[in-house]
Parts: sequence; C-alpha cells; structure tokens
Amino acid sequence: MNAASLIDSVVQRFPDAVSASHSYRGDATLVLRPQFLVVVAQFLKQDPALAMNFLMDLTAVDYSAFGTRPTPAFFSSSGVAVRPSTQIPDPDPWAGPPNGVRFTVVYHLFSLVHKHRLRLVVPLEEAVEEVDSLTSLWPGANWLEREVWDMFGIRFRGHPDLKRILMYDEFEGHPLRKDYPVKKRQPLIGPVN
Amino acid sequence: MADQSNGSPHAHAADMETRDMLLNIGPAHPAMHGIIRILAQLDGERIDRADVEIGYLHRGFEKMAETVDYNGVMPYTDRLNYVSPLINNMGYCMAVEKLLGITVPERCHYVRVILAEISRLADHLTCIGASAMELGAFTVFLYMIKAREYLWELVERVTGARMTVSYCRVGGVKGDLPADFAEPCAKAFAETGRVLAESDILLTRNRIFVDRMSGTGVISAADAVSYGITGPFLRSTGTDYDVRKDCPYAIYDRLSFDVPVGTRGDNMDRYLVRMEEMQQSMRMVEQALRDIPPGPVQVHPETGRQIPAAEMVDLAKVGNIAAIRDDSALTCPTLEGSGREERPSVATHEKRVFLPPKEDTYGNIEGLMQQFKLVMFGHGVRPPRGEVYFPVEGANGELGFYVVSDGTGNPYRVRVRPPCFAIMSALSKILTGDMIADMIPTFGSVNMIGGELDR
Repeated sequence: MNAASLIDSVVQRFPDAVSASHSYRGDATLVLRPQFLVVVAQFLKQDPALAMNFLMDLTAVDYSAFGTRPTPAFFSSSGVAVRPSTQIPDPDPWAGPPNGVRFTVVYHLFSLVHKHRLRLVVPLEEAVEEVDSLTSLWPGANWLEREVWDMFGIRFRGHPDLKRILMYDEFEGHPLRKDYPVKKRQPLIGPVN
Repeated sequence: MADQSNGSPHAHAADMETRDMLLNIGPAHPAMHGIIRILAQLDGERIDRADVEIGYLHRGFEKMAETVDYNGVMPYTDRLNYVSPLINNMGYCMAVEKLLGITVPERCHYVRVILAEISRLADHLTCIGASAMELGAFTVFLYMIKAREYLWELVERVTGARMTVSYCRVGGVKGDLPADFAEPCAKAFAETGRVLAESDILLTRNRIFVDRMSGTGVISAADAVSYGITGPFLRSTGTDYDVRKDCPYAIYDRLSFDVPVGTRGDNMDRYLVRMEEMQQSMRMVEQALRDIPPGPVQVHPETGRQIPAAEMVDLAKVGNIAAIRDDSALTCPTLEGSGREERPSVATHEKRVFLPPKEDTYGNIEGLMQQFKLVMFGHGVRPPRGEVYFPVEGANGELGFYVVSDGTGNPYRVRVRPPCFAIMSALSKILTGDMIADMIPTFGSVNMIGGELDR
C-alpha cells in the first residue's frame, strides 16, 4: 500500500481522530488527536489490510525551540557553496510542527506482511504531558515509553512500570527537553566527607 | 513443624524451607559485554525473574547530536556500534540525504554497501567469538578475532581507521576505494572463510556447545515481533524480515543473496543464522566489487558544470554569483606542481553539502571556500524543515534514524532506533524459566552493544 492510500484508509475509518497528514519524503504520517491513539493503533495492528504488527520505534520531539534557534543568516547569501534550503526540490512540503504544542510523541509502525510503514504523530498540550500507553498492544512499548518518560518527562497512562531507564533514579529533570542545558552536570557521587 | 507422620518424601520436601536467592550479575562482569546489570531471582538454578537494568553507558548521543552540524554527528554515530561503525555512518547519512532530497552516485552506494557488509562480518565474528569463549571455546574466539583483524585491515585501507572510522559524509564518502581493493579483499575473505570453516568444525557439532545452545533462550516468532525484535534474532524464529530484502536501500536490490532463517528461535539457531549471514555478506561484497561502476563517489547534480577556474573568478569579481553557484572549478593544481597525477575521481560536485577532497581544500581557493562554507560557524549543510525516518539493516537488526530539521545547520532532533534495545527489553522474558548457566549463551546471542543500547 502506498503512502496516500495508507493515510486514506485510516482517515476514512477515523475521520475525527486524524487532525493532519502528510507524506513528506514518502514517509506516510498521520497526526492524531491523543484520545484516539489506542483505538487507531489497535485498528492498524489488527486490520488485515494494514497489519502493522511492528512497533518499530517510539520517541518524542520537544518542539519548544523550533524556529527560535538562531539561523545565522549573515553569510547565507554570499559565496558559492550554500544554497538556501528552499531551493531544494520539495514536492510535498512538510506542514511544520503542530501549532501551539510543545511535545509530540512519534510512533513508527511497520507491517511485516505488506512491508509498509506509517508514522503516527501525537501532539500533546504542555499542560497535559500524558498520553495513553501502548504496552497492551505491543510489549516492546514498555521500555520505549520508559525511555520517553526518562528523556522527556512525558507520562504514559496505563504503563505498568514507568520509571527511568537510561538515567539513574536520583537524576533531576529530563535531558532531551530543549530547556535542559547541554553542559549541565549532575554528579551522582557527592563529596566523600 | 507440620505433620511428618505419613513419611512420604514429598511431604518432607514440602516442609523444607526454601528461599529464593537474589543474584546480582553485573554491571561489571566478564560475561556482561559492556556494562549491564541483571538482577536474577533464582529458585535453585532456575531463573524465576530477571530484572534487566541498562543505561550505564549513556552518553547523551541524541542530545549531543542537536549541538553539532549535520556532518558533526558522524563521529558520534561511529560510537553507537563500535564493532560495525560503517553501518551506522551509512544509516545516518542516508537519513540526512533523504531529508535533503538528494541521492548519491552509484559508485558511492557500492562503496558503502561493500564496507557495510565487511562490518557486518566483523560484527558477527565478534558476537559468535565472544559467546563461544564464554562457553569455554577460547580457540574459536582467537580465530574469529584474527579474522576480524583481517577485515578491519581492509576497513583501515579504505577509511584510515579500524573502528571509529567516520568515513561517510552527508552526500558521499570521505574517499574512494583504493585502486587495488579487490585483491586484499579476496585475500581477507579467503582467510575469513578458512576461519569460519574451522570454527564450524569446532562448534557446530561440538556436543558441549550444542547442548548449551539448543533449546535455551527460546523466543517465539509472535513474541519476537511484538517486542519489535529484528535482525538475526528475529530470523532465528523463522521470520524472514531483513531490511535489505524487504525495504531495499542503496543497491541491495541488485545483489543476489539469501536470508537465512532458523526454526526454533533458540541460541543455536541464532548462531547458525549468523554463521550463514557471514557467508552471504562475503557473497554480496564479491558481487558488489565485480559490478561497481567507475567514477566519482560524490553527489552529481544535473545542473553543475565544470568551468575553468579563471572564468569562475572573473564571474565572481563582477558579482555574478548566481551564474556560478552550481559549478565547480576546473583547476590545475599549481601548488603541488604541474606534473602531479590527475586528481582522484572523488572530485566534488554537490557543493551544497559535500566537503571537498583535501587536495582541493589546500590546493585552490574554490576548494578552500567550499570547505569554509561547510565548516565555518553559521554555514554548513542546511536541510529544509521536515522529518524523516530511514531504516537500514544493522548487524543486530533494523537500525533506524529519525531526523527532524528546523532548517538550521544543526539537526533539531536525531533519534536512533537501536536494534538491540528491543532485544534487551525482551531479555527478561527470554531468561525467565531458563537455568542460570543458560543466561551466558542467551546474553551472548543478544549481541548487546552498549554504545547503541544506552546511547
């Protein structure tokens, strides 16, 4: 199934759940409303025409610094090497991050039967920072969700054991958030005496 | 005490007080490759529960990737899987190239595939060698590490380094293959083939090895899929998913190779799958070396043309930058003398993204400018805004890079899908019910790589 028909089949089934879709660079992508995540994921997994039986990846993106990082434009029009990126052919432009949203949780699904891939993007309001867990559908989501909690501080409703995975328990903050300074140090071992 | 009057031995055994034992294996244990901690609850020798704790090698790869430019991520990708860094390089580069909407020339694809398959060989050799050593077959370890050294010598010939190679660039590779590469490659493969045959004799029908490997660490195909396990680990269960076959990238659709699968999903099948994959990798490299087209390794735009350097300078002097933006300068390397051999075929073409060869950087002003335009602060590769996911077949399974760009010179977000993360998340389930001694071959067959697991 190609990207467009993949998107269509979900949109037709769940017209309320999908708030946007695109297939930038051929990656079929659906932007879902958070409350529909589990139903849509279940449908994608169980529908024989889609059969997305692999949860390949689960991660999140913190969009709070998107577009605010300095674009050093001082030299961008001089010289011969760097062309403005807008000149690179772009038939299906990316719509940009969802409006007014800090975090998106990103799911990459794959179907072993049909060999197609689909990306689900679930935008979260900053006040909520919580989304339903997919551990009931894919046990592999367990560790992936723990990692997203650890790195971004996004909670997963219904997760059996939501605790840190890469960082230690005493660690403060969530390092992949954009407001976590890169050079911040949190030594685990304090002074000896 | 309870009633002992019936004298039955079972009643007696039931009365005995048994206690579960908590065994802490790792983080620093010779059999825990890298550093990982398994907290096993034992009932006698049987594992009732195993808590797997990771994160001891967390270095903040994804955070660091946001602070450097697109090519600057390359050294970090080397360290994800330090046994087969070229596959990581390739995966990351192809993700960024997808984001940029560019493709690299044929020859570059071939070079990348050749090196990726050599890396896969090295990775499988390490995995089998190390897990055989942990089962007492020290000879096999030495043989396989010897073979790996031959392969790394090949890698060194091409990239200049054995392990942390940073060989790929966004839009190409650092340099072309050496002219006589097929010859040392054939020699190294002959040696590797000999080592594989010897190891096969030593292991495959070795009673001790087979007894410890077969029937241990079993996982069903359905479970493996639900945990997102890919690679040799999944294929040992009989599921023939291989990114190279099912979602072919680069030139894998042109190579003929088989995807070996197991039937039982146990350690022995994983060993056999890896042994066969090594043969297939050698087959692929031989085909690729036979079919590789001549020519440059870097991106070839349709628009670019070569114009004499003097003409380019004249155009630039009158400010006509737009006319020469896509062109490359046809220069004669006067610095090094006119008798110099012709420049290698790695001359740069896609100037937006690719670092020029060093001869150009040091040899002429256009090369120097191009280098500066890519490495100076505020310059560099600047992909359009967007997000892409690109999977390649790593030695352990699907290695995916998810890259988000905000249009600046640094990636907004780089996420790597580490193949052994999924396997490690299922490890607790796989170990439960096995004996404590089975943990060693099971953990060995996971081929845990701390670099990509903890990032």
